[in-house]
Amino acid sequence: MAKLKMSKKSTKVDMTAMCDMAFLLLSFFIMTATAKVPEALPVETPASTVQTKLPEENLGTLSIANSKVFYGVTGREVRVETLKRMGEKYGVAFTDDEQKKFSLIDGFGVDIRQMKQLIAMKNEDRMKENVQPGIPYDSINNQLTDWIQISRNVTKDLDQKDLDIAIKGDAKEEYPTVKKVLDILQKQSKNNFFLVTGLRSEDF
Amino acid sequence: MAELNTGDGGGKKGGGKVRSKKSNPGVDLTAMVDLAFLLITFFILTTTLSKPQSMNLALPDENKPEETPPETPAWRTLTIVLGSNDKVIWYQGGLDNPIDGPVVATYGKKGIRDLIINKKKYVDDRNKAAGEPDLEKVGITVILKPSEKSNYKNFVDILDEMAITGVKKYATVDITPEDIKSLETNSIY
Repeated sequence: MAKLKMSKKSTKVDMTAMCDMAFLLLSFFIMTATAKVPEALPVETPASTVQTKLPEENLGTLSIANSKVFYGVTGREVRVETLKRMGEKYGVAFTDDEQKKFSLIDGFGVDIRQMKQLIAMKNEDRMKENVQPGIPYDSINNQLTDWIQISRNVTKDLDQKDLDIAIKGDAKEEYPTVKKVLDILQKQSKNNFFLVTGLRSEDF
Repeated sequence: MAELNTGDGGGKKGGGKVRSKKSNPGVDLTAMVDLAFLLITFFILTTTLSKPQSMNLALPDENKPEETPPETPAWRTLTIVLGSNDKVIWYQGGLDNPIDGPVVATYGKKGIRDLIINKKKYVDDRNKAAGEPDLEKVGITVILKPSEKSNYKNFVDILDEMAITGVKKYATVDITPEDIKSLETNSIY
């Protein structure tokens, strides 16, 4: 009988190519990734089957949860200019340093008179629950209207564009609060906007 | 030039043969590949999930001078009143003299969707029989009336339903006391 010769090959696989590829993909994903920023007002959005992408710039986002409304715009110049004009309107002067710090805040929910304290806070303190009570939006003290109107004006002045508005409402939020916000937008002829939703995965 | 001294700690000096170690030049990359793929998975998941979806919502212009509101025949309108407990009431035509309904229904595939599709078909068929040239223009008009007890999710759900069923004409209207009464009698307010 002929002897069966077992080939004495090494069981090890050359990982070099695989490693190269893995790191190539990794660097690609890191570069294209947009970091998830922590939000001052955690919102759980409802799901929908409609899949329109949100614009990434030139966008004002209204977050609504627990009857509180938070607001934030994209773009640092727009933020600074909006804060300046808001300060003028309500008689609060902001220093250059404060303006610079404010331009790094993504969303906020305080009365303009408490804005100085908010800016002075540390980042992690600002994100804590119940630190920010929400922007006043009732009929007596409707700062939300001014924030939206002024940021729209600023965008028009700086970029010659109309600011897109996205509404990011919590699924459990009661309709009257949402209605109030919709009314505010409608009153200033902003009739077209985005509702931020999650992707519906289950069979609806 | 820079030279890396390895191994000989001064023991064998002069003449002695320096034996270099025959180490395998290949490095085991398995762990590195593992790590790389783990990170890739992490980045794939976080990037796709963090891109939010959105839906468009258009409201009528409030500041425009009111023209005469377009007359819509009662059979062409379907009103959906959003109540509490994820339930709705729908009726066709006016509430005081409805053509069909009012009936309590739920959201989704098992609830209101079939009804909307059926009603849309009914209106389209009737229009076709009457020989209307532009079916879309005279198609069904859905009137949404969210009550104070409904939540934002209900509102998005019903807008989603409009998108799924392809209803082109729908409007969000303030709720009337009669509608609230109707919700109350069905105990979903």
